Amino acid sequence: MSAVIAQRLFAFLATLLATSLVVFLVLEVLPGDSAQIMLGVDAEPDAVAALREKLGLNRPAAERYLTWLAGFMTGDLGDSYTYSVPVIELIVDRIAITIPLAVMAMVLTIAIALTTGVFAAAHHNRPGDWGVMLGAQIGIAMPNFWFGILLVLFFAVTLGWFSAGGFPGWEDDPLDAFKALILPAVSLALVQSAILARVTRSAVLDVLREDYIRTARAKGLSKRAALWGHGLRNAMIPVVTVMGLQFAFLLSGTIIIENVFYLPGLGRLIFQAISQRDLIVVKDVVMLMVIKVVVINFLVDLLYVAIDPRLKTAT
Amino acid sequence: MTLLTVDRLSVNLQGESGPVALVRDVSFTLDRRETLGIVGESGCGKTMTALALMGLLPEAARAEGRILFDGEDLVTADEARLCALRGDRIAMIFQEPMTSLNPVHTVGAQVAEVLRLHRAMGEGEALAEALRLLDLVGIPKARERLSAYPHQLSGGQRQRVMIAAALACRPDILLADEPTTALDVTVQAQILDLIGELVREFGMALVLITHDLGVVGQVTDRVIVMYAGNVVESGPTETIFAKRAHPYTQGLFAARPRQAGRTSQRGRLDTIPGVVPDPSAVIAGCRFADRCRHAVDICHRQPPPLVPIGADHDALCHRVREWA
Repeated sequence: MSAVIAQRLFAFLATLLATSLVVFLVLEVLPGDSAQIMLGVDAEPDAVAALREKLGLNRPAAERYLTWLAGFMTGDLGDSYTYSVPVIELIVDRIAITIPLAVMAMVLTIAIALTTGVFAAAHHNRPGDWGVMLGAQIGIAMPNFWFGILLVLFFAVTLGWFSAGGFPGWEDDPLDAFKALILPAVSLALVQSAILARVTRSAVLDVLREDYIRTARAKGLSKRAALWGHGLRNAMIPVVTVMGLQFAFLLSGTIIIENVFYLPGLGRLIFQAISQRDLIVVKDVVMLMVIKVVVINFLVDLLYVAIDPRLKTAT
Repeated sequence: MTLLTVDRLSVNLQGESGPVALVRDVSFTLDRRETLGIVGESGCGKTMTALALMGLLPEAARAEGRILFDGEDLVTADEARLCALRGDRIAMIFQEPMTSLNPVHTVGAQVAEVLRLHRAMGEGEALAEALRLLDLVGIPKARERLSAYPHQLSGGQRQRVMIAAALACRPDILLADEPTTALDVTVQAQILDLIGELVREFGMALVLITHDLGVVGQVTDRVIVMYAGNVVESGPTETIFAKRAHPYTQGLFAARPRQAGRTSQRGRLDTIPGVVPDPSAVIAGCRFADRCRHAVDICHRQPPPLVPIGADHDALCHRVREWA
């Protein structure tokens, strides 16, 4: 068991190191002067030279790479060029929205997808299955920003239960802040749960054809008991895989939904940083997203091992 | 004393162009402590017959006729009643021990599950009983094996675990569907011996489904031979081994690998020419007629009658009296 985890941990660290190198090479070393890009083609050569000096672009690439890596350990990522505040502060502010929003959306997604997906599989080729599949089809086809707008119209404008957008901050009134994230979380969860419900349904259908389900029935378990007791855990491998991808996607910030609800999250930060050519912020946020994806994949790997004992001995 | 009476059991599969009969008018009885072999090649309906006895037919298949178990008709029994009987009074083991156990549950939990379900045992009590059962079926170091997963066991050991789970509630009937087919030859004999021993010890009735006549001769009191959904011959094992009447049964015996040293060895196995008819094919006469070397005109025109040949020995054939 510990050998498998050690192996996964090693792969995890190696992936982080390799991706950080790629991000650094693409943004800082490949032809194209970062200072020139940030200031634009019409910038004065003096101004470009001054920015190069300020950004430390005159130092050797290896030294800059190591300084940047060390910055991730200490939290010192330098200052944003456009906001003139430490990048780390920007990021911390933004993930205070993006992480809770992603977690809420994911919890909703899992709750909706597992119940409807298993229900559809248990009612395979019957009206219950058709209903769930139709709902999932609509959920996948409907753009989530449009669903977000509908939610705002109904729950914020007509009923007045929620605010139509914006984020009051966690400090003043945590409950208000939580409420501000509910509608965005629901609009995100709609599409994600439609996808995950389909994956769950097909995974459970596959498992229901397995011999051990017949064995469970031969022992006297009802269909439902065999499904929950013997089917679900075996069906979880593909489901957990998709869950991991979805959670990584949600954690990277969701530009459109953040814009619909005026949420200053990570998605809007990177969107603004790119449009303002603030490469310092871009580089750090991209690396942060990479870290999140790699961490989630590592956790998914650990979940695989927890779900299926056969993977404890496999390489 | 008759424990099980199967009376004109048919299993129809709902196909796109109407129902297809997989099992046709199968009748037999099983006494307490009796061992019955059902023999036939793949697709002859022997597994469907067993699944019908368990009430576990595929969703598209339907059983007709009567299956009287201890006076109760299983064809019309509701699902809750069947759940109560399965695993408790009628148990079944399957062909593939590799895939018949749940890969993510421990061996102990899978044996204990039956006891918790039907005997309302707590976890500790059920596991203690599971340990006793694993010991009984000859799993070495049973205590350690309780917490092992199926992939950590060999094929033979997995089949022993299946047997332990099937015997946990001391059922009246054990259905064994090709229990040794997927195992190594050396292990086959051990598992077969084990089943035979336990059936005697527990006083169970056994229905052994197999395509292997050698297995039938070793274990069973009575045999029914199935072909294309029909029972073509039935009788005491000794009688059928001594005087096989139906041309299909004769063909099966001729197709058996002969043991080395026999003078009749010719280096090649006899085969039955032709193939099994498609279950959906409409055949007016005997379903074996196309492959039968004794077939005459009437065989192709009229369904064959069930002909009594001797005491408790019947064959489904127009011409069987001419030689039996």
